[in-house]
Amino acid sequence: MAIPSKPTGELLAVRDPEVEEREVDLLIIGGGMAACGAAFEAKKWSGDLKILLVDKAAMERSGAVAQGLSAINTYIGKNPIEDYVRMVRNDLMGITRDDLVYDVGRHVDDSVHLFEEWGLPCWKLSPEGKNIDGAKGLELGLLKDGAAPVRTGKWQIMINGESYKCIVAEAAKKALGEENILERVYLTKLLLDANKENTVAGACGFSVRENKVFIIKAKSTLVACGGAVNIYMPRSQGEGKGRAWFPVWNSGSGYTLCMEAGAEMTMMENRFTPTRFKDGYGPVGAWFLLFKAKVQNGMGENYLTSDFTKGELERYAPYGLAAVTPTCLRNHVMLAEMKEGRGPVFLDTPTALATIAEKLDKKELKHLESEAWEDFLDMTCGQANLWCAKNVEPEKTMSEIMPTEPYLLGSHSGCCGVWCGGPMEDWNHDSYKTGYNRMTTVNGLFIAGDVVGASGHKFSSGSHAEGRIAIKAMCKYVGDNADYAPASKESAQEIVDYLWQPVRLFLDNYEYTTATDINPNYIKPSGFSMRLMKATNEYGAGWATYYQTNGTNLKILMDMFKDMHEDSFKLGAGDLHELLRAHEMRHRLWTVELHNRHMLFREESRYPGFYYRADFPNTDDANWFCYGNSKYDPASKEWTMIKKEYIKIVPD
Amino acid sequence: MPSFVIQEKCDGCKGGDKTACMYICPNDLMILDPVAMKAYNQEPDQCWECFSCVKICPTQAVEVRGYSDFVPLGSSIVPMRGSEDIMWTCKFRNGMIKRFKFPIRTTAEGAANAYADLKGKDLDSGLLSTEEAAGTTLPMPQTV
Repeated sequence: MAIPSKPTGELLAVRDPEVEEREVDLLIIGGGMAACGAAFEAKKWSGDLKILLVDKAAMERSGAVAQGLSAINTYIGKNPIEDYVRMVRNDLMGITRDDLVYDVGRHVDDSVHLFEEWGLPCWKLSPEGKNIDGAKGLELGLLKDGAAPVRTGKWQIMINGESYKCIVAEAAKKALGEENILERVYLTKLLLDANKENTVAGACGFSVRENKVFIIKAKSTLVACGGAVNIYMPRSQGEGKGRAWFPVWNSGSGYTLCMEAGAEMTMMENRFTPTRFKDGYGPVGAWFLLFKAKVQNGMGENYLTSDFTKGELERYAPYGLAAVTPTCLRNHVMLAEMKEGRGPVFLDTPTALATIAEKLDKKELKHLESEAWEDFLDMTCGQANLWCAKNVEPEKTMSEIMPTEPYLLGSHSGCCGVWCGGPMEDWNHDSYKTGYNRMTTVNGLFIAGDVVGASGHKFSSGSHAEGRIAIKAMCKYVGDNADYAPASKESAQEIVDYLWQPVRLFLDNYEYTTATDINPNYIKPSGFSMRLMKATNEYGAGWATYYQTNGTNLKILMDMFKDMHEDSFKLGAGDLHELLRAHEMRHRLWTVELHNRHMLFREESRYPGFYYRADFPNTDDANWFCYGNSKYDPASKEWTMIKKEYIKIVPD
Repeated sequence: MPSFVIQEKCDGCKGGDKTACMYICPNDLMILDPVAMKAYNQEPDQCWECFSCVKICPTQAVEVRGYSDFVPLGSSIVPMRGSEDIMWTCKFRNGMIKRFKFPIRTTAEGAANAYADLKGKDLDSGLLSTEEAAGTTLPMPQTV
């Protein structure tokens, strides 16, 4: 019986939660690769300091690597680190932080060597040029000792990575100690210090398993959360709404936490709109780089070699003419082809596999087929099922590829995030220093992984290394500020009132109507989500407009956000799961607003193929070869937009 | 491709210390109905099809069915995850079956070396603990 209406869900929320207050020295927010790096490294430097890691999920399968990966995308090996810096800079259209990227580059291999030692199977190239995977790969030696990995492209190495995250989390948990880890607790807001200006004093949030608020005071806090997904309307909007390329649980929390605390943000106009297999969003990297597959348009032509494509790339010189075409411009030429009516775009898997098969015996051929399927089954299982459901055998049938909806991230081929200091070393420029490596412009607030701005392409391994870098600097910061006693500006009561507002609104009103989901006094997070994504898709350069927008559209969107901010305090939550979603929605709203604010500020099209300012359709190096930064003042609630000078560290 | 729970196979992990799928789901979707003692996916349109719940279920009660938006019915992919490898059975809509086995780990579960006794020495240097212990020299960039 549906009537009288009553809350649904298994873990119902009560009006007054329990409150647990804790005080630690170092607080780690997140449980993904960056947080695991921090957890592994922390006690090597922390002495007697008290540390707490808080993950909204379970570390064994949390973060972007939860499902597994079929490759480690950043392993420097014998390459010069400077070449890695140049590759990242070129791919992200010139404006990245050389100091941060170099720093990741010089430490990332140490993390990869640990992964292999812990049990992650890394493929090896035999002296005969064969790919040897699994435990057999170990017979050829360890990467650490110079054994040759199987490279796909210059920076990526192949792994059997189904259990990648389980292995990395195991080492992290052992190193930090289970007693210093809280899982299923979602920290939604940083605490600003009551006495010390511009200083973070910890964070607050709640359990998604029991009616309990956590207020955690800390001398220094690391934000190591993932990027932002479901901020633009996905191409599939029914059950498939969760089939985002990047994990759908990435709610922009890292950006919002830092922004609301007053940290300077950088390059939030950047986004990532990857090209993937249509609908299933399976990876294309191995198909392009390992199997050397070619694309073709709806007319059966490989458009990449056409004069039309060359012309499109010349429009964005010098970036379009670089030896390696930046990822956004590879999207651009595909979109140009589609707009000309020459879609859809296919990946010619049969020709690619047939070409490789010419050189293989029967057993090797079987292994090749297995490699192709493993690429999906290790990291995008659903794509494998989509092939099965459509009876697609890649050696016989081509598959469509197309750009997804936009995501915000700072670890893959994207670089939006928070501004932070780089290494405190002589070679680094003063404008890239904040006193401590990876410390933001807020005292005591450190970052690692997806939230670090202007330094993409660290991927899983680089994020792990960056977490290690950050926690070491935090130990130094806490030692240097030993007398600091964190005190929250907000009282415990104010914190509870803020966190529990969606629950109380729901409890006050749900009996008014006969169905709890439809009520004039509140909206549910799922409905709010669709409202946000419809607006951004239509006005903010989603796929609805082929990723185009202009100043007028963006201003309309900014007006819509004002209403949405008000209505984000009309989100109703009847159970703890909905409370999680309600606060995630607030974070998604802030994050995508930041993105739009920055797109409005940058009057050029820096990332054609990811988005276009149609009113400023070209790159404009004369006016915009600089970081686009912003700062929100938590006291006055006012925004400042900043053109920050770009300084090159590593020569071309 | 949302996960679903087969009613007959799910026992709510009554013999365990936690409900496995609820423990592992990265997006807080799998939940136990404590009266029925069975789990279910409480928000199928937020499922990333990561298969974490499928792989961890001790009674093989969790499977996935392709997203209704775009996946034809009739196929399935089912993993069996062991301590060293994972076996996938992929059934096509037309009945064809492919099986794949991939390595997942070269060490025993729980064997990862956390370097618990390693203590860093120089907090001011840019070296990480294991780099310092190995006697690594910190690289410096070639600058403009």
